[in-house]
Amino acid sequence: MEVKDKKSKESKHGILKRIAGPVVTAVNLDAHMYDVVKVGKEELMGEVIKIAGENVIIQVYEDTSGIKPGEPVINTGLSLAVELGPGLLTSIYDGIQRPLPILVDKMGDFIQRGVSAPGLSHEKKWRFKPLVKTGDNVKGGMIIGEVQETNIVHKIMLPPDAKPGVVKTIKSGDFTVEETICVLDDNREYQMLQRWPVRVPRPVKEKVNPRIPLITGQRILDGLFPIAKGGTAAIPGPFGSGKTVTQQQLAKWSDAEIVVYIGCGERGNEMTEVLTEFPRLEDPKTGKPLMERTVLIANTSNMPVAAREASVYTGITIAEYFRDMGYDVSLMADSTSRWAEAMREISSRLEEMPGEEGYPAYLAARLSEFYERAGLVKTLNGGEGSVSVIGAVSPPGGDFSEPVTQNTLRIVKVFWALDAKLSQRRHFPSINWLNSYSLYLDSLHDWYDKEVSPEWNKLRSWAMEVLQKEAELQEIIQLVGSDALPEAEQVTIEVARMIREVFLQQNAYDPVDTFCDMTKQYDMMKAIRMFSDLAYSAQVAGVSPNQINSVKSKNELPQIKFIKDYKPDLTKIEKNMDEEFNSLRSAA
Amino acid sequence: MKEYRTINKIAGPLLFVEKTEPIGFAELVNIVLFDGTIKRGQVLDTSDEIVVVQVFETTAGIGRDSGVRFTGETIKMPVGREMLGRILSGGGKPIDGGPDIVPEKRLDITGAAINPYARGPPNEFIQTGISTIDGTNTLVRGQKLPIFSGAGLPHNTIALQIARQSKALGAKEEFAVVFAAMGITKEEANYFMQDFERTGALERAVVFLNLADDPAVERIITPRLALTTAEYLAFDLGMHVLVILTDMTNYCEALRQIGAAREEVPGRRGYPGYMYTDLASIYERAGIIKGKKGSITQFPILTMPGDDITHPIPDLTGYITEGQIVVSRDLHRKGIYPPINVLPSLSRLMNLGIGKGHTREDHKKVSDQLYAAYAEGNDLRGLVAIVGKDALSERDRMFLEFADLFETRFVRQGINEDRSIVETLDLGWELLSKLPVEQLVRIDRELINKYHPKFKNVVKKE
Ligand SMILES: Nc1ncnc2c1ncn2[C@@H]1O[C@H](COP(=O)(O)OP(=O)(O)OP(=O)(O)O)[C@@H](O)[C@H]1O
Ligand SMILES: Nc1ncnc2c1ncn2[C@@H]1O[C@H](COP(=O)(O)OP(=O)(O)O)[C@@H](O)[C@H]1O
Ligand SMILES: [Mg+2]
Ligand SMILES: [Mg+2]
Repeated sequence: MEVKDKKSKESKHGILKRIAGPVVTAVNLDAHMYDVVKVGKEELMGEVIKIAGENVIIQVYEDTSGIKPGEPVINTGLSLAVELGPGLLTSIYDGIQRPLPILVDKMGDFIQRGVSAPGLSHEKKWRFKPLVKTGDNVKGGMIIGEVQETNIVHKIMLPPDAKPGVVKTIKSGDFTVEETICVLDDNREYQMLQRWPVRVPRPVKEKVNPRIPLITGQRILDGLFPIAKGGTAAIPGPFGSGKTVTQQQLAKWSDAEIVVYIGCGERGNEMTEVLTEFPRLEDPKTGKPLMERTVLIANTSNMPVAAREASVYTGITIAEYFRDMGYDVSLMADSTSRWAEAMREISSRLEEMPGEEGYPAYLAARLSEFYERAGLVKTLNGGEGSVSVIGAVSPPGGDFSEPVTQNTLRIVKVFWALDAKLSQRRHFPSINWLNSYSLYLDSLHDWYDKEVSPEWNKLRSWAMEVLQKEAELQEIIQLVGSDALPEAEQVTIEVARMIREVFLQQNAYDPVDTFCDMTKQYDMMKAIRMFSDLAYSAQVAGVSPNQINSVKSKNELPQIKFIKDYKPDLTKIEKNMDEEFNSLRSAA
Repeated sequence: MKEYRTINKIAGPLLFVEKTEPIGFAELVNIVLFDGTIKRGQVLDTSDEIVVVQVFETTAGIGRDSGVRFTGETIKMPVGREMLGRILSGGGKPIDGGPDIVPEKRLDITGAAINPYARGPPNEFIQTGISTIDGTNTLVRGQKLPIFSGAGLPHNTIALQIARQSKALGAKEEFAVVFAAMGITKEEANYFMQDFERTGALERAVVFLNLADDPAVERIITPRLALTTAEYLAFDLGMHVLVILTDMTNYCEALRQIGAAREEVPGRRGYPGYMYTDLASIYERAGIIKGKKGSITQFPILTMPGDDITHPIPDLTGYITEGQIVVSRDLHRKGIYPPINVLPSLSRLMNLGIGKGHTREDHKKVSDQLYAAYAEGNDLRGLVAIVGKDALSERDRMFLEFADLFETRFVRQGINEDRSIVETLDLGWELLSKLPVEQLVRIDRELINKYHPKFKNVVKKE
């Protein structure tokens, strides 16, 4: 659906009747739901969210101070839409796709109101290379050319709802996004720029089942609780538990081709951090600055709440657009709770009947509609692309029983439960290994088998069993102390400690440990398993747990994390471990 | 300016005014009493039928005969350099007997959001001289770092020690303190004022006082006046401004009171559903702007009702601020000052301000290791209470001892003890050296060889 005028001309002005914060009421306005309107003399941008008899209720994306009853309201007849085309990558937008650098130019360091700015530059020229020729049959969604945007090739597609036709002319050369590059035989003209209404999912041929993991370089994620490309994950946790750092780690290191990062109602300084860091970091796969594959949306906690509500839709629409080109896109939303709160705030101003904890009754529906836009798909042009969605959740008081967490868990397939007890110990990522889960394990089984090692899936189950067993033993320890445990179980405690301290703990701020590829993950887990096997057999042979715990080479193992070319050191550690246990056994 | 006498209802701090001309949303309102007294308020809701005004003072004396003047502009704060050294009411009027402030500018007190793209990265280490902050929860310039405390705990003493001792290493720059009191007692206020006077800090301070017996609703504007002043000092005059806001719990109570008067659907524990957004509009007014000299560093103080960190006030605060310093009743009872519990404390911007070129290369890893070891020892205390020390392994006993040592040596320090960051880090190493070196899994070998008391001299000699 291309965004078109619902009316040939703008309808007559409506009149403002009431202003109460971000929600205003107009009368005499001919409007449809979700029409974009211009409010007041300053023409602030707003969107129709309710129609009740004469009254048209509008949420306004900018501050409404000073606006008076009696001022005009103009209906643009358009839906809230984003501009799609070359120029998206490396951009930073507010919730309604206004480029923040342009807003700084136009109004200074603080965000003032009444300034509009298009999402894409309409002046910049891009080198368009056609991929179809005169006489070719084309239809909606088809790729007709490409632009080298950053190191990413930006595929230029016909809008998804374009009717089939035959190419009459196709140009080649430098064009702005508004210039015509393709004309069909019925004289329909197309430009690189597309507009798409944010609240409507872009169509695909079909959804297919995810089967490839999104490799994140984070051991606990790839190793224990993987998300598939095209999958959905939620990451709930109290404040300071690591939602943002985890999301930023995914934005940096996951092997997606495009990253859309939405700062939804969170801190300004966190966006600054991304902005200063990403251009300096390299994509481990391409060696290019990470910023080149990234689109940022920053609607911080103190920016207008209605634009915060819109920001997740703006983000997911951009993600779908790149997916349609055949890319694997990952989208992080930090935090979906702030989005839900924006809905609650607007809803309460509408005096709607509140549901659980004041959230609107449609909360669950909105959440599932959003996550449904994720997926691995066959695109309209026959390619395959994916959108993976990872949403942070910020439960009040860290209590997961609240509505946003609960409604999210019913939808997503991966649950990374952050735990304040772990973060307080500086065990990072503080993902609780007992509560977290991934429902993709079965569908990804073959991939790990083939791409990592036929041993991998077994190692993973083994590690989970040890951790489970440790939890049980910890309960006993709390009653009788660790010395009272049978010796074999004291060994289990030590092995579990190694899994936690060597494998699970991963420091996002260490230059080496921040990213760990699957080979290294596998090697590390194998080394722990080796220790475990040696330790149990030594214990059976009569070596005491104290002696086992004092094996020196095992204490070297955590150091592997901080070494880039770790293989020689690891081999040495494994060799020493073997020798140390040999001498322990022969002494016993 | 037209004066209406059409108040038709007064409910709590709200006035409902009828039959007005079109009135702008959020406009400043003057209410004129029969004796000529003027009270201030703000438009919360405006329509052609009724205008709802929130009064910032007590409504005592306001009646249906009172006059209402709509000023046609939003609330502005007169600001100027000569505010330094002055004491103002929570509503911004001088109360120190001095002259009126001649404004250089009049600024909107709501303050627009800083464009995230205009922000500069806060990464300049501030040394507070307190080990539990500098060593393990480092403060950087432009950060908002609240103190979560409880009734009767020494948060004020800590805040003052921070205000006295804070310095950026290196350059000498112009600084200022903006202090906003909301609903604290006269005695508490005096405690601050006397310290400011004693140390000469008052000359560089702007003080806003809304005391316990001042109108509660005034607290809604006090922090905004303070931050507007701070923004002027920082971004117009180029000063490094430290803002202390105390007690944010009283601010939130005032917010709840207004919500109740408006008969809004309450959120958790009766606080308004928009409290997160409202608090963000205060706390986010901190930071650094690219290309500007000054900065705003915020120290909000709040008392957690029932010492409960999951209470909506600390909870929503923690979700907005860049960490928190948690004051603990347990440590206070043990007689440890400053009773800062590092485990739930956090500085999110720490990593930007430490390490080579800021503090010292080993900072991050020493901090992580101290945390991990203290957490482990602290856990074991619970176990000892049940099974006794004898049931512990040798390893466990060492960690248990470490936890005690950490509290008595690292956490505890004098009210005027100003430790340098090097002293703090070396102290950290000294404590860690009591543990077997192979237990220091968070630190790489290289740093151990360089800084560990048992190794550093050996390696140097070689
Ligand atoms: N620092 C840590 N390192 C390793 N494992 C940990 C750590 N902290 C907690 N765990 C493990 O995480 C699991 C959950 O711990 P936690 O103390 O939260 O349990 P819980 O049942 O929620 O306790 P409570 O009932 O007191 O809330 C436990 O199995 C424990 O072994
Ligand atoms: N993987 C990690 N490695 C190291 N430190 C981490 C990691 N994850 C989180 N942290 C620490 O925890 C702090 C809080 O994390 P953050 O993601 O901001 O929490 P949240 O978004 O859940 O409030 C960070 O500032 C950082 O110090
Ligand atoms: Mg966060
Ligand atoms: Mg593909």
